[in-house]
Amino acid sequence: MCGIAGIIHRDTESDVGSEMTSMLQSMKHRGPDSTGFALFGPPTEMVVIRFKLADANDPRDFDFRERLDRHRQEVESRLGKIGAHIDRVETETEYAYRALVRYDGDLKALADYVEDVPGCEVLSLGHSLEIVKDLGDAAQVSTMYDLGSFRGTHAIGHCRMATESDVDISGAHPYWAYPFSDVAVVHNGQLTNYFQWRRRLEASGHRFQSECDSEIIAVYLAERMSDGDSLQDAMKRSLDELDGVFTYMAVTGDSLGVAKDEMAAKPLVLYESDELVVMASEEIAIRTVLDREIETSDPYEGQVLVWSR
Amino acid sequence: MEQVATGERTINYDVRGLSEPDAKAPNVAQVQDGTATFDADDLTTRQINLELRRLIYEEGIGDVIVQNPGAKHSIGVGILQRCRITFEGSLGYFGVGLIDGPEITITGRVGWSVAENMMSGVVVIEKVAGSLAGAAIRGGDLVVKGNVGARTGIDQKGGTIIVGGDAGTMTAFMMQRGRQIICGDVGPGLGDSMYDGEIYVGGTVKSLGIDCVEAEMTPEDQAMIDRKFTTYGMDKPDSFTKFVCGKVLYNYDNLEPSEKKLVIH
Repeated sequence: MCGIAGIIHRDTESDVGSEMTSMLQSMKHRGPDSTGFALFGPPTEMVVIRFKLADANDPRDFDFRERLDRHRQEVESRLGKIGAHIDRVETETEYAYRALVRYDGDLKALADYVEDVPGCEVLSLGHSLEIVKDLGDAAQVSTMYDLGSFRGTHAIGHCRMATESDVDISGAHPYWAYPFSDVAVVHNGQLTNYFQWRRRLEASGHRFQSECDSEIIAVYLAERMSDGDSLQDAMKRSLDELDGVFTYMAVTGDSLGVAKDEMAAKPLVLYESDELVVMASEEIAIRTVLDREIETSDPYEGQVLVWSR
Repeated sequence: MEQVATGERTINYDVRGLSEPDAKAPNVAQVQDGTATFDADDLTTRQINLELRRLIYEEGIGDVIVQNPGAKHSIGVGILQRCRITFEGSLGYFGVGLIDGPEITITGRVGWSVAENMMSGVVVIEKVAGSLAGAAIRGGDLVVKGNVGARTGIDQKGGTIIVGGDAGTMTAFMMQRGRQIICGDVGPGLGDSMYDGEIYVGGTVKSLGIDCVEAEMTPEDQAMIDRKFTTYGMDKPDSFTKFVCGKVLYNYDNLEPSEKKLVIH
């Protein structure tokens, strides 16, 4: 089933971390397996790298911690070798980290080099995008990563009922659109031409970290956008090229978009005002941000909508 | 017992995952001149439904107003008695399903699957409805003054669905009986695989589904539409186009060889 939510403040900053937490928590019944957030804070000159070195349910063998320390040092040394100047590396949980680096080289080269360290997965990369995902409901993940105080401009989130792949962090949404900076995707549905697209995209040099069909959408959009498509054009094209049922949301540094398949098989409720746009799989999630009677609508089949700041 | 916060509210689940197995009617309604009113803002789904049942079945009150339903799911389901219920606000998914008899007004919007399996009664929604509005209804009137989503009246077996705005894809999918009157435009696949029934569309139809064909409007059709719109005080387009089942997919007399033995001439 899965629940997805998105919010964009058109002019101001807000507590997007706590807004997204309450939206996703109210949709916990749609998927309690894992919860993920893609949050956009104020843009910095530095590159924010969110990465993990192990999964939440990896067995804790006797040298688990020692191994993680070793791998973390390896990541830091590799960042240095590729020309990134490390400002700081923060430990978020036992296995997840947030690094701030100064780097103006090729992001794909950086991501590939870092991910070559055993167990390492880059969750997000960008000047303002930060992806946080873990097992548990929204309140648990939000507390674990202290998202209540996160201020920003826009965000998407996802609570997952795993159907196609494992319950682990790699299978949790949102997906960063490797290797495109500041792009992420959440998806509710199933893709039926997953392997076709995976082979096609792998042949053109992209990497996949999970067995989850939704990862295709992020990488697909990234490739289209690197070929010069706008977010809206790439999403419109995806309606023809991705097969299956889906409502998915995509975010970039300044935009939030949503696309619905031609069967309109997955729900979406949309609220738009001059100040903000909020959407979610259920209106009850929107009501946690706007606690009053509001005018909402359901986008139709085959619609692609994009809002920019 | 596990406690799970949903938004600002708290719902209890027992070990089997049943929500609020021990909930009781909160007894909060104010009754005045035969009309009961209560605020649902701080109540859970079970509490709202138990309070409705207490008022309608135990107190015998025929007119209930529910304030601030807050887009919660599964509200007002399974009411099998003639009564009047007004929801001042919006409902979530599966609102007022499985009803037989009540006259329900919703001043806000509704989510997916409103009034599914309605046997009789009237449901009037002042704003929009999500997909699957009036799924498998067998009787009664479902009136949505705004737009509806996809697959409106899927598997409809009777009754009337009236839509003031537009409708999405696969409207009247597998419709078996009854009628739909849609004032606005309709998405692709209208009346796909329908068996019977009538669909009247005021706007444009993006495409017809399999075995759905245009038919001639009769004076009786027009009189029925006029009567319905007068009843609900709604504006309507000047003209409607009627669609019915083409019946080219009917194969009822072509029995399988094993089935033929059972036919008694």
